[in-house]
Amino acid sequence: MSLRSPLAQARGLGSAKDGVGHWWLQRLTALALIPLSIWFIYSLARYPLSDYVTMVAWIRSPLVAIALVLFFVSMFWHAALGVQVVIEDYVGNESVKLLSIVAARFALYALGVASVYAVLKIAFGA
Amino acid sequence: MSDHPTAATTSNAPPATGQRPLSPFMIGPYYRPQLTSMMSIVHRLTGVALAMGTVFIAVWVMSAASGPVSYGGFAWYANSLLGRLLLIAFSWALVYHLCNGVRHLFWDAGRGFDLKTAYASGYAVIAASVVLTAVIWIAAFAL
Repeated sequence: MSLRSPLAQARGLGSAKDGVGHWWLQRLTALALIPLSIWFIYSLARYPLSDYVTMVAWIRSPLVAIALVLFFVSMFWHAALGVQVVIEDYVGNESVKLLSIVAARFALYALGVASVYAVLKIAFGA
Repeated sequence: MSDHPTAATTSNAPPATGQRPLSPFMIGPYYRPQLTSMMSIVHRLTGVALAMGTVFIAVWVMSAASGPVSYGGFAWYANSLLGRLLLIAFSWALVYHLCNGVRHLFWDAGRGFDLKTAYASGYAVIAASVVLTAVIWIAAFAL
């Protein structure tokens, strides 16, 4: 019989503190993405994607720029949370798991910040 | 769920930390393929594909911010055959993930769990994803 407490066996096998926060944010960003992604698809289908002048004029209008920033923040956040769950479920090795989650987060946050920056640069007329 | 003491030892997957009993993976010899489980894995696959596809959206807006020359380069790739095929695949994945995501939100609210509703909503999501993708592309070429 082991003298180790049940707590010692549970330690290091996952936190019981921040799971709900992750779950809730995944749903919150999902809810935000329903109208935002429908609007985004509708807009891209409506305006000629290959026309630079039309696209930049569209992105520059204030409401569009604000909606695009909201869309990008929700989208990249939602993607980072979702990819993390997939990695946690299918990657067994703890080191590979942690490094994959960190790499995915860095990549998605960098893409998100770059996208928001690009919208603001167009909106503020650089 | 009950434990599966034999599953961990007979599967080809590497043993988990501390040989904890695992529920067998949904794809494999243990479970028969069903609409619900297949749609669940497609939700994940489209999610991962969309996460990779965010690179495309980031390149789109960054090239727009960089000026007409770089945007012309982006537009050339987007209008190529491969670009169009990727955009169609991307739009279907987005519509599927969106529709099935709404289905998941109803489940999160505790609704639609009975077998009949789960299957009806499943078929509705598949039909809606195909129809809406077609509508998007007809609209994009017609307008």
